Amino acid sequence: MSIRRYALAALASAVFAGSAVAKDFTLLNVSYDPTRELYQDYNAEFINYWKKSHPGDTVKINQSHGGSGKQGRSVIDGSPADVVTLALAGDIDEIAKLGKTIPADWQTKLPDASTPYTSTIVFLVRKGNPKGIHDWADLIKDGVSVITPNPKTSGGARWNFLAAYGYGLKSNGGDEAKAKEYIGKLFKHVPVLDTGARGSTITFVNNGQGDVLLAWENEAFLALKENGGADKFDIVVPSLSILAEPPVAVVEKNAEKHGTAEIATEYLKHLYSKEGQEIAAKNFYRPRDTEVAAKYEKQFPKLNLLTIDKDFGGWKSAQPKFFDDGGVFDQIYIPQ
Amino acid sequence: MSRRISPVIPGFGLTLGYTLVYLSLIVLIPLAVMFIHASQLSAVQFWNIVTAPRVLAALKLSFGTAFCAAIINGIIGTLLAWVLVRYTFPGRKIIDAMIDLPFALPTAVAGIALTALYAPNGFIGQFAADLGIKIAYTPFGITLALTFVTLPFVVRTVQPVLADIPREVEEAAACLGAKPLQVFRYILAPALLPAWLTGFALAFARGVGEYGSVIFIAGNMPMKTEILPLLIMVKLDQYDYTGATAIGVMMLLVSFVLLLLINLLQRRIETPN
Repeated sequence: MSIRRYALAALASAVFAGSAVAKDFTLLNVSYDPTRELYQDYNAEFINYWKKSHPGDTVKINQSHGGSGKQGRSVIDGSPADVVTLALAGDIDEIAKLGKTIPADWQTKLPDASTPYTSTIVFLVRKGNPKGIHDWADLIKDGVSVITPNPKTSGGARWNFLAAYGYGLKSNGGDEAKAKEYIGKLFKHVPVLDTGARGSTITFVNNGQGDVLLAWENEAFLALKENGGADKFDIVVPSLSILAEPPVAVVEKNAEKHGTAEIATEYLKHLYSKEGQEIAAKNFYRPRDTEVAAKYEKQFPKLNLLTIDKDFGGWKSAQPKFFDDGGVFDQIYIPQ
Repeated sequence: MSRRISPVIPGFGLTLGYTLVYLSLIVLIPLAVMFIHASQLSAVQFWNIVTAPRVLAALKLSFGTAFCAAIINGIIGTLLAWVLVRYTFPGRKIIDAMIDLPFALPTAVAGIALTALYAPNGFIGQFAADLGIKIAYTPFGITLALTFVTLPFVVRTVQPVLADIPREVEEAAACLGAKPLQVFRYILAPALLPAWLTGFALAFARGVGEYGSVIFIAGNMPMKTEILPLLIMVKLDQYDYTGATAIGVMMLLVSFVLLLLINLLQRRIETPN
């Protein structure tokens, strides 16, 4: 009898101890459109990394992708995201403001204003560059047709718009009226405004519309890599562009509820490690880490980069000025 | 002298109760929430949103293209129904089944396929481009997508009514000396019109709200090829929930008035005098 009792107690304690040590984690990463491949690679790396210090745990990471604004809205409306990795800081600001699941000072929680990798806007042109497009000024030449998504519905298109506007400012000595004139002319050369970056890529690549696609640098590289794209397209790097800084944040209220706060924070922190930065670079995102950046120097051409904070006063002032109803973008189309 | 007529089938209370609960959960409550949300706006704010130039341009475009598509389907759809009912030929069953395909296909797939075909360098679009006609990225393209999506409505409403009109009626008219056009005008048209109007109204209403297929072929240029449902999405992407509901409420009201008019017209036709 006593042996049996002892065995039971031992078994019970083993089960109890086991459950206290080994945990099951499921993380939901709500991200934007072009990061699919990046996070597939990174999730595998992160699970390996986490298991080194927590060998008993099982970790599963789900990804969700879509237009940055749409994804932000789904988190506001109650999607159980543990982390968000979106295209614009403005979208995470809206989650903080309307959803209240992320603290308002989220950008101070991680290095580099919570933006572990960056990208920029480049031109994708037809092979051999038949229209001779080398810089922003060439986009408004007669007979050139430009493909870009609608800045109202696409995060990437907002970076495109600001890069073009920034060029308009710099080439006219900071004259806002001239910059508006340039951007107005530019959008006269846009025949189709798709709702998202992927839609524009389809219009340009599959439907053969336009002479130049304004694209994320990582999307442009991807278009070259896939289906013999390198034989059909060239990348043109303009003299000036914008530093696109896609931000990340833990959705703290959700993570606390799911008991994933610790692992979710680690998930984002690990993006800044050598391994994380290496994966970002391999997926054509510009790494923050200087060593990794030096290693991939050849891949990323050097160019003059504007930043949203220094040149446009951050998203909090750029969004209403350029993209809200009645903003600079609307003024192009609506007679004043 | 009022007498309560008790229906043959019992359970009126139960069935009505079920109907009301069902309608409330599926239709009334979601629509009411929309109205409540929009009521946060003052009348002036609401008016300013729905009369902004971009919204008005989109309003004209959405209702105009949906109307054109419904008319096209009203004519072609009646023809299709006629062929399917009055003639037997090999492959009739297959064509009959194909009519419903636009319902089954995800609308985005339809939109992408139509765009690829009708874009200026697409398989069909290139010939149109040679003639100087642009189809994709213009209101033509939108009408085309809507015609595709709303094809089944008129066919499926007219078909059974047409099948119920015995051939002998037409033959009798012919024997009495009616010319083919007169047969159509005095025999077929009055019998088909109520069903035709139902099909037309369904196609029109569906066309006004269609988003998935149109978005790829429309070009989405502000003031030119921007449909109302896209404007709602644009507002949502700016986190402007109230502005989006205001446009939604406006669309709903306009559609409701139009459908009501069509219903009244139908009644007048069904009960002459």
